[in-house]
Amino acid sequence: MSPVFLDVLQISALVVALVLVHRPFGDYMAAVYTSKKHLRAERWIYRAIGADPDAEMRWTAYLRGVLAFSVAGMLLLYLLQRLQDHLPLSLGFAPIPADQAFNTAASFVANTNWQSYSGESAMGHLVQMAGLAVQNFVSAAVGMAVAIALVRGFARFRSGQLGNFWSDLVRGVVRILLPIATVFALVLVARGAIQNLSGGETVHTLGGAAQRLTGGPVASQEVIKELGTNGGGFYNANSAHPFENPDGITNYLEMFLILVIPFSLPRTFGRMVGSVRQGYAIVAAMAVICLAGIVAVTVIEHQAPGAASQLAGGGMEGKEQRFGIGGSSMFSVVTTMTSTGAVNSFHDSFQGLSGGVLIFGMALGEIAPGGVGSGLYGMLIMAVIAVFVAGLMVGRTPEYLGKKIGAREIKLASCYILITPALVLIGTAVAMALPDGEEAMTNIGPHGFSEVLYAYTSAANNNGSAFAGFGANTTYFNTTLGLAMLLGRFLPMVFVLALAGSLARQRRVPVTAGTLRTHRPLFSGLLVACVVIVAGLTFFPALSLGPLAEGLSV
Amino acid sequence: MSFHPRTLARPLWAGLRAVLALTLVTGVLYPLVVTGIAQAAFHHQANGSIVRADGRDVGSSLIGQSWTGPDGEPDPHWFQPRPSNSGYDPLATGSGQLGASDPTLVATVEAAREQVAAFNGVPVSEVPPDAVTGSGSAIDPDISPEYAELQIARVAHANGLPTGDVRRLVEEHTQGRDLGIFGDERVNVLRLNLDLRELAAR
Repeated sequence: MSPVFLDVLQISALVVALVLVHRPFGDYMAAVYTSKKHLRAERWIYRAIGADPDAEMRWTAYLRGVLAFSVAGMLLLYLLQRLQDHLPLSLGFAPIPADQAFNTAASFVANTNWQSYSGESAMGHLVQMAGLAVQNFVSAAVGMAVAIALVRGFARFRSGQLGNFWSDLVRGVVRILLPIATVFALVLVARGAIQNLSGGETVHTLGGAAQRLTGGPVASQEVIKELGTNGGGFYNANSAHPFENPDGITNYLEMFLILVIPFSLPRTFGRMVGSVRQGYAIVAAMAVICLAGIVAVTVIEHQAPGAASQLAGGGMEGKEQRFGIGGSSMFSVVTTMTSTGAVNSFHDSFQGLSGGVLIFGMALGEIAPGGVGSGLYGMLIMAVIAVFVAGLMVGRTPEYLGKKIGAREIKLASCYILITPALVLIGTAVAMALPDGEEAMTNIGPHGFSEVLYAYTSAANNNGSAFAGFGANTTYFNTTLGLAMLLGRFLPMVFVLALAGSLARQRRVPVTAGTLRTHRPLFSGLLVACVVIVAGLTFFPALSLGPLAEGLSV
Repeated sequence: MSFHPRTLARPLWAGLRAVLALTLVTGVLYPLVVTGIAQAAFHHQANGSIVRADGRDVGSSLIGQSWTGPDGEPDPHWFQPRPSNSGYDPLATGSGQLGASDPTLVATVEAAREQVAAFNGVPVSEVPPDAVTGSGSAIDPDISPEYAELQIARVAHANGLPTGDVRRLVEEHTQGRDLGIFGDERVNVLRLNLDLRELAAR
């Protein structure tokens, strides 16, 4: 059978698995966030926190919880890195320099996992396990909590209450992330991912050379890195490293883990607002964009028009033999459209136009299907915009799910969609104007510019992947990219929660003949158009200077 | 929104306690439980799929190695792996990061094609892509079946073995896509070379 046909089967297998799982799993998550009962383990945690999990919060209190928890998490992660030489399991590594420790703390708390360090030569096992991996769990749970708060804003009437942040946080970790992570970590180990606390061993190969093999708790971290759409690899090579991603099956499972929560949350949303069909409209829009990206990159990488790829006879530079062109292309789109940023092959060496698709996927705002939680709230903001646009077209007051979309709602949604483009474009422009930008490039010409554009797009959208030739470990980039990640994560959350609070206070607007049917395919189409147009208009000039110029000049 | 010190300090204190409590659960208990089960149930894999020969550890079947002679040049007795920009050092993983149209990469590929063709005594047109491109990890343990096929005659000659025997060995070591669909076809270089060594010793 031809490789292209097998790649189509590979993509279909992923689609089928998600279609089968998203309903029961989405329903399960809805039950988790609406249940009145607390597990015993959860009660212990609430006692340790000193929080009452049943106290309802207004949006301001919910936001204070999110910010306080994230500030505390950042502080602890920063200290762990700075003091790692005094801690056990440090493998003899020195403390991380201040600017890099700030960047890494910001990166993991913001669910970005941009890595300006190289895991195998900088971070001890304790920092990986008790610092980085912890944020992989909790930053994901924070994203889901904020998404659920917004869903409650739609689902509730005349209340203003959005639930309890501590309860949403703890349930997300204990009932959703931990059980899945534990099971799949063991599956990864069974296929060859390592899981030990050793410092590694030096072997003498038959070729006569000495080789230092590494050890570490890799599988436990790998699985939550994908499931929480975090992306920070134990190793520099990330999921291209055979100890993180040993074969074609783990590669498939890792893609599934990345997509399973983002594609199931719309079902959770539909359940919680009382109409699963509203969820289908959202998930359909996500799936169309994601699938289009996968097909585009797979086709371009199989054709491999770049000069070096043509000479070599195929675009295998930066790709692993066990994944091949198909498994690598698919993973690259899955990781960039979900704000994950894990890589199983290096995007810097992809064809110019593929790089453009990947950057554009991130620039859509990470909503197809986006990160855990952040994808859903991002897409719901776009749905608010789409409803508003449709309202303008027919001259009626826009409504969505029984809520009036008035001036306040539109202002909040507009602020949300302006933040990341501002961070990306201003960040890129300033870096290009300063000598720092050019010094950090590995590649020349438009591809060098793409490296800088990719870096800020990835940071501000909390993706974390890179055109990794970009030399990001300088004080300038550690600082500015760190700020871009924090602002790109937490400012949008402010507007999401404010919008949720304002929606929850409203009374129900009765459905009339003039109400836009937001559960129909027409609305999904409108939503896709809004997403593509908003990002397209914003980023086209920047894309044409980088990946388009490169891709069209071969 | 109120910014009174007390309304800010209370959630911050709760936040700190929450981070510590969840660190205990997800950062200590979780990895230790997974490590415990993994060590008990999948001891070989959990410790790096170590391969032994002559009574000692000679590598991991998942981590590629260089197969050079004492002079640092590729040793014709062994099947050769893909190019690696770190010389197969697991402490420096990651690829070369050059773009698909980059002139430096074009020159590198050109040189690699000529080297591989001359080393194996075949025309450059037969050299497959994976033989002249660096992998993502720089420690790729596999090569394509085409690249293995290309090396059969040279390896057989260097070891004084019949070509047919070496070809059979390569066929035994050629792994299809996982479950017929996932990933790509490949040949594990370390496992192949180990069996080759046994064959040559007989």
